[in-house]
Amino acid sequence: MSADTTSVPVLDLKSTESADLALTPGQLAWRRFRKHRLAMIGAVGIILLIAFIIIGSIFVPEKSANTGDLTVRLLAPSAGHPFGTDSTGRDVFDRIIYGGQISLFIGLLAVTLAVSLGTVIGATAAYFGGWVDSVLMRFTEAMLAIPSLFLLIVLAKFLGKDIPTISVLGRTFSGSVGIVILVIGLTSWMFLARIVRANVLSLKELDYISAAKALGASSPRIFFSHLVPNTLGPIIVAATLGLASAILTEAYVSFLGLGVQPPTATWGNMMDQAQSFILQGVWWMWVFPSVFIVVTILCINLLGDGLRDAFDPRSGRKNI
Amino acid sequence: MWSYLVRRIAQAFLILFIITMLCFILTRLSSDPMAEYATRPNMTAADRQAIRDRLGLDQPLPIQYVKWLGLALQGNLGTSFFSHQPVLLMIQQRLPMTLALMGTAEIFTILISLVLGIVSSIKQYSLTDNLITSFSFIGFSMPIFFIALGCIEIFAVQFKAWGLPYLPTGADIWDPKDPMAMARHLVLPVFCLVAITTAGYSRYLRSSILEVLGMDYVRTAHAKGLSQRTVLFKHALRNAILPFVTVVGLDIPFLLGGALVTESIFAWPGMGRLFWEYAQRGDYPVVLGVLLVTSSAVVFFTIIVDMAYTMIDPRIQLG
Repeated sequence: MSADTTSVPVLDLKSTESADLALTPGQLAWRRFRKHRLAMIGAVGIILLIAFIIIGSIFVPEKSANTGDLTVRLLAPSAGHPFGTDSTGRDVFDRIIYGGQISLFIGLLAVTLAVSLGTVIGATAAYFGGWVDSVLMRFTEAMLAIPSLFLLIVLAKFLGKDIPTISVLGRTFSGSVGIVILVIGLTSWMFLARIVRANVLSLKELDYISAAKALGASSPRIFFSHLVPNTLGPIIVAATLGLASAILTEAYVSFLGLGVQPPTATWGNMMDQAQSFILQGVWWMWVFPSVFIVVTILCINLLGDGLRDAFDPRSGRKNI
Repeated sequence: MWSYLVRRIAQAFLILFIITMLCFILTRLSSDPMAEYATRPNMTAADRQAIRDRLGLDQPLPIQYVKWLGLALQGNLGTSFFSHQPVLLMIQQRLPMTLALMGTAEIFTILISLVLGIVSSIKQYSLTDNLITSFSFIGFSMPIFFIALGCIEIFAVQFKAWGLPYLPTGADIWDPKDPMAMARHLVLPVFCLVAITTAGYSRYLRSSILEVLGMDYVRTAHAKGLSQRTVLFKHALRNAILPFVTVVGLDIPFLLGGALVTESIFAWPGMGRLFWEYAQRGDYPVVLGVLLVTSSAVVFFTIIVDMAYTMIDPRIQLG
């Protein structure tokens, strides 16, 4: 760009550079994102994974993932069972498909909850300031000072007592799915709340907010149609990276046996069930779910990293 | 400066008050500490009621909390329902083991990520950098139990099968006072913790070094004709390392909490496992004790890190 402007300063407006001037910030972000090779790899990877767990569930009935045949327990991978069978004779490949659906579903809903909480708490604290800000931020700091797994366990024990099973769309889920979503969502909003607060604090000093106030705009209107949209970039980035950590957290919670209860499969509780068979050399029970966890999270992280660079080209790649 | 410190300490106590109250309500309501006694055959309902009365379990929750808090402020964290030992003593027994595990892991993590961060930033986009970046992305995306189970499979199960010297997994019984046995049992959990944490640290260091290397004063240093080595170590690194020091400093108090999953997999008798074992039994004095000790460390250490930061970097002013 600098070479162009010095050599042909007058023609510059008509050259390819002028196309840039007409682009919206969104289009510019999309353009930077497309050029980010790793992010594109991540995006394609996620699309393939989603295709796998959706198309897979058309061919594989849920029953074969959740009910086992004890005569074929702990079989090593073969043509009939490409990923082998687990300790109750369930097919690991089938469980990967249905477990993936639950893991991603939990991740998405938990992030939605965390992002809504984080945005509302952060923006409220910044916009109203004063004692509202003090109370909300002390609460945020308190949540951050507890080691995250301790907090997860305390909350999971509190919420997870006797939960009935739920039926959605003709499928039954263990009620613990809802508990896990709540637990993850309620314990992962704090960082986003701080980001949003910092962003809104700097935004609310800008002239266009004073202008909106002078025009008589109400607080909610300024809040939702001026402040929140302008801090959307960091929110989208945090949500993407948050999805990765939510899926990882689900794996941790389920691994500790506090997560989704069998027979409903998730990638995390498959690992938990595999743990007691590892010393017997039953590697297929834990290798396949963990490879799927790692690949999924890797793809989402790559995507999130690309989004960060796309939305804020100056940000570099911090926090990674 | 002093008024700032006083305000921060007052805030710290407020935060600890919120934490203890929140955790007290959540843990106290999530399980019945008397459940353990319910199945004992030689205990009558009247006996159980006598214990409930003695422990004050039927009093209103706020009163129970205030009583617990009052004792905690005097350094009495109560007695475990399950082991009948004072909670403070249990924590004191677990702390050295936790520090041995977490301290060793943290030292290796810092050293390795310093090397990786420096190498990958001065050789940006080279093959080495790409390799380090790939590994750190994978490490960053990996649940620690994956690498832990993998290590057990390779270094314990397979090495044993191949007749090679194999590493212990924690499933055996060993004497914690024997330094060699301890070192052998430390290898795998430390390796797992280092592998996971290094990923994040070295990425962070790489980006802050790259940011500093792009600054004008570094270019000036180059233009003066200084050697690459002098520019990097005398000029760039000093500034680049500041944010890294903060990140490490803020992570240090969390080491007290141990590594719950790693300690559980490798049967390491640390704080994380103490918390997990007693949380499963609903033994709330132990759970609250561990929570209070770790979060107090976090809250007060944050203040120390902030104060220390103004000494390392005089540009920062405390508000």
